[in-house]
Amino acid sequence: MSIKKNGVTRRKVLKGASAGLITAGVAPSIFVKGAWAQDFRNDPKGGDVVLGFNVPQTGPYSDEGADELRAYTLAVKHLNGEGDGGMLNTMQPSNLKGNGILGQKVTYVTGDTQTKSDAARDSARRMIERDGALIITGGSSSGVAVAVQALCQEMGTIFMAGLTHSNDTTGKDKKRYGFRHFFNAYMSGAALAPVLNAEYGSDRRAYHLTADYNWGWTQQESIQNATEALGWETEKNVLTPVGAGDFSQYITPILNSGADVVILNHYGKDMVNSLTQAIQFGLKDRQANGKNIEIVVPLFSRLMAQGAGENIKGILGTANWNWSLQNDGSKAFVKSFGAEYGFPPSMAAHTCYVQTLLYADACERAGTLYPPEVIKALEGHKFDGMGNGATEYRAEDHQCFKDVLVVRGNQNPTSQFDLLEVVQEVPRSQVEYDAKIFGGELGPYEVS
Amino acid sequence: MFNIPKKDAITFVLFAIVVLTMPIWLAPLGASYPGLLQKFAIYALLAVGYNILFGLTGYLSFGHAAFLGVGSYAAVWSFKLLSMNPVLALVFAIFFSGLFALAIGFISLRRSGIYFSILTLAFAQMSYKLAYSVLSPITHGENGLQLTLQDPRAIDMMFIERGSSLPTSSLFGIPMNGYAGFYFCAVILLIGFFIAQKITSSPFGMMLKGIKSNEDRMNYTGFNTKPYMLTAFVISGIYAGVAGGLLSITDPLAGAERMQWTASGELVLMTILGGVGTLVGPVIGAWIIKYFENIFSAFNESVLHNFFAFLPDNFESIVVLISSKFVGEGWHLTLGLMFVLVVVFLPGGIMEGVRRISARFSNRKDPSKGEEVIDPENLPKPDLKKGE
Amino acid sequence: MDAFFLQVLNGLDKGGAYALIALGLTLVFGTLGVVNFAHGALFMIGAFCAVTFRKLITLEQVVLSKTELSPWGTPLEIRTPYAQQWFGDFGNVLIDYSVPFSLLLAIPVMLLIGISMERGLIKHFYKRPHAEQILVTFGLAIVLQEIVKTFFGANPNPQPIPQALQGAADLGVMVGLAQHTITYPIWRLVYLLFSLSVIASVFAFLRFTTFGMVVRAGMADRETVSMLGINIDKRFTIMFGIAAVVAGLAGVMYTPILPPDYTLGMDFLVLSFIVVVVGGMGSLPGAVLAGFTLGVVQSLASMTAVKDILPGIDQIIIYLVAVIILLVRPRGLLGKRGVMEN
Repeated sequence: MSIKKNGVTRRKVLKGASAGLITAGVAPSIFVKGAWAQDFRNDPKGGDVVLGFNVPQTGPYSDEGADELRAYTLAVKHLNGEGDGGMLNTMQPSNLKGNGILGQKVTYVTGDTQTKSDAARDSARRMIERDGALIITGGSSSGVAVAVQALCQEMGTIFMAGLTHSNDTTGKDKKRYGFRHFFNAYMSGAALAPVLNAEYGSDRRAYHLTADYNWGWTQQESIQNATEALGWETEKNVLTPVGAGDFSQYITPILNSGADVVILNHYGKDMVNSLTQAIQFGLKDRQANGKNIEIVVPLFSRLMAQGAGENIKGILGTANWNWSLQNDGSKAFVKSFGAEYGFPPSMAAHTCYVQTLLYADACERAGTLYPPEVIKALEGHKFDGMGNGATEYRAEDHQCFKDVLVVRGNQNPTSQFDLLEVVQEVPRSQVEYDAKIFGGELGPYEVS
Repeated sequence: MFNIPKKDAITFVLFAIVVLTMPIWLAPLGASYPGLLQKFAIYALLAVGYNILFGLTGYLSFGHAAFLGVGSYAAVWSFKLLSMNPVLALVFAIFFSGLFALAIGFISLRRSGIYFSILTLAFAQMSYKLAYSVLSPITHGENGLQLTLQDPRAIDMMFIERGSSLPTSSLFGIPMNGYAGFYFCAVILLIGFFIAQKITSSPFGMMLKGIKSNEDRMNYTGFNTKPYMLTAFVISGIYAGVAGGLLSITDPLAGAERMQWTASGELVLMTILGGVGTLVGPVIGAWIIKYFENIFSAFNESVLHNFFAFLPDNFESIVVLISSKFVGEGWHLTLGLMFVLVVVFLPGGIMEGVRRISARFSNRKDPSKGEEVIDPENLPKPDLKKGE
Repeated sequence: MDAFFLQVLNGLDKGGAYALIALGLTLVFGTLGVVNFAHGALFMIGAFCAVTFRKLITLEQVVLSKTELSPWGTPLEIRTPYAQQWFGDFGNVLIDYSVPFSLLLAIPVMLLIGISMERGLIKHFYKRPHAEQILVTFGLAIVLQEIVKTFFGANPNPQPIPQALQGAADLGVMVGLAQHTITYPIWRLVYLLFSLSVIASVFAFLRFTTFGMVVRAGMADRETVSMLGINIDKRFTIMFGIAAVVAGLAGVMYTPILPPDYTLGMDFLVLSFIVVVVGGMGSLPGAVLAGFTLGVVQSLASMTAVKDILPGIDQIIIYLVAVIILLVRPRGLLGKRGVMEN
């Protein structure tokens, strides 16, 4: 009992002390929501709307994180009516006026996820508990997205995921407060398989190398299902340790296995290393079953393509977005990003930028910052002009459905950023699926 | 049982005051929010426990993160299967981490010195690698072990209805995720600190120190040091397990990364930074590292611009440019520099520096009080008596 | 059978890298007794010598086009490498062979870094507790890492293999087997040969030169050697420099296989300590033997035939073997009594 007494009095003491002392100038609203529905955590009550940008700033994904952060600061500028407005001009429907969110100025705080679940949650808690962040957004791995999303559900804070590709994020680990604009492994498989079929024929044997953790498994499963449905056979699936560095011991068995397609379910450094080494082992110069052996990397981004250098040329994969797209939204975004930073944005940057605008727009439509109402405004929302064509935030699992890009490593890049060429924009109808197949439960709107 | 030497009692009371008033004195430092306060208490406990092994016996374990991880998983499983009660979760964490420490300690303690360190490192890395991949049915791998709405929670379900939202761990109805969670952790930390004090001043503690100064000689005099070493190893493993349990109690998600060698390494660094073998040093080390990780990493350029706004414009942007390399995404650099500077200028860690400064200070101020300066040569006298 | 042979080859190649890293580490850790957590960072800096060298020789003259715009709205840049402009064909050869050529840059750079590290920092720590050596070298490693990150970013920097050495050699054909039975990348064979020759030269240096003899004597009994009037400190400084060079060279040649980023050193740090300790403290042959043993065992454990029976064994095999060896042989494979045992 003594704990309780102590705790309550401390809180009172603190409420007074912290208001004046905390450096950020924002009093932490530590109180659980009360009887009034509109009284919610971190209500700015007319002050600035604080957004929490939680991106990897240290560790292997820190370049991706830096690009995310650039996009976020750009989005904040545009929301506040500075700069050329970027996608604010192309978004349809749009309720954004360039005067902040609901007329309140937008500011932001940042944190370092370190691409570790614990660190990401710590940093999200700081932004929520100390800095008064209304949403948390960003990140560069599915493990972090799932972990932070769960925290945000407990806290009653909306989470707009950054780069996360695992089916789990909006599947078995989906949450009412979590939203994902990025595509997922299932969609990669559904979009990629027909293109592979058209390029390489339906009589193929695939050999999978798969990063041995949640994301790797969901991607491998998705690709295997999609390709087998088109008549491919799966020779073998070999799990490789994350961060293996040298993949030679997994590559040599492929050489004489009888497989004629190699699918690398790796991301980041693992992908850069395994692709580089697979090509050094001469996989692409070899033949099996009378056909050239082909290498496929189902998910890749421009930053990874940069890391893989020459080796990415001619490799097929999927991407959420690429700056070379010629629709109005993409052009507007690339132009304002390029003007600000001198180079084109990555797909992680795009997704983060769009997420910020979508949240702001949802607040405008809901007419409030009260999270449950904002969530309802996002659920089932249909929009266009954000670079991916007509898009819908599906209400059942908070996954965005839009066209998926099948891309190929550019054979003749015109610049160091021109690394991917878009082979096909696979229409949304082809990658849609029933929300029930991955299970999971969104949870309640109101959290106590 | 509760009688400790007067000096220890004073230390304890001072320490308790510092810990319990953290929400107040950390506020001007921007660190007074439940998330970080809880981490301060938990990692302090971890460091105190680690010091029982490393500080007293000199055995450098590079695998203590494994026990932290086991404690976390055990606590979350107790939430999932039985009840959201934090005390029960701690019991689970203690039991499993103790068992794990017993097994690993039994094997690793067959070697000493660097060979011991590498054995513990190997065991921890194996735990991490397996938890991340093959053991995913138990650990949920990269996604981390979380609570779900469908968890059995057998004991809780006898008393309450299944709610529509996830439960939080609570003691007597007080939720453990806010300030109350911090005070819960703080009380456990104080208990742990007290026990560590008792151990240090007990004959058992003297035995451990004897092992540190010369294990061979201890063996020659007829002592079998192994059981003592194993006991110390298990105790310190349990501390780590409790810390892991507390991590899960205040924030119910357990991930495999807690077992990675970097986590063990961080613990080693905390202890050395603060001062090996001192009771308070490792705690300070833990606080500094966690403070850097959570607060320094949060300074972005707009914060810096506000901070240096008083400077003339051109000058300001230069200052911001330079300082931005050391905070925000550059916080690792500052941490690394601090490690180097501390160890170069304060051999023995921060506590040693504090001791020197206070010694010089009191000497200069009042030479007659010079005798009261803590001098390791004079101190152990009462302890020695006990040791006999 | 060919699968087995290929895995042994993989293992030897991996082992070559492990042995090289461990060799440098054991010179300072196993013999000078300094727990050097910055050793991985030295390997990483070596790799970035190659990156820097390539950056330098591919420096491009950038002309901003007055009329054309890039797709993201800034004036189009037209780039031509200076090396090509100045040296013509030799410039192209230089660019093509940038990795082997950067060995020439790496040797003086690493020697300088190693010696200044020892003179500036490490020499004050010979008599300090191991714990403090850990803290100072770990801090140093972080600082070095962050400096590299400031200049090169966090993304991997791919380094190409010279044209002539690209692709795979068909070893099977050479011994009369059918085509494509045993093929292996030429660069990996080069790496294996390279590591063997570096190891051999370090051993020869210690074995057959007076300098090496004095150093070996100093390792065995530092006090006595310095009482003989020999300045052993200076020689230890040079040994530290050599250790840094060995680590750096290993890093340079590894870049085409593993595009380096700034965390490369930390990725190899734990492994290199394990190799050294499994080899036995204070033993150079032990470190080399352990490097190759662990490399081969790791490759064999990754064979699908093994993984089908023991899933996940390849994740832990290095650690498992290390535990077994240390339990069977108390001082590792060839360790000396009393070195860092307490």
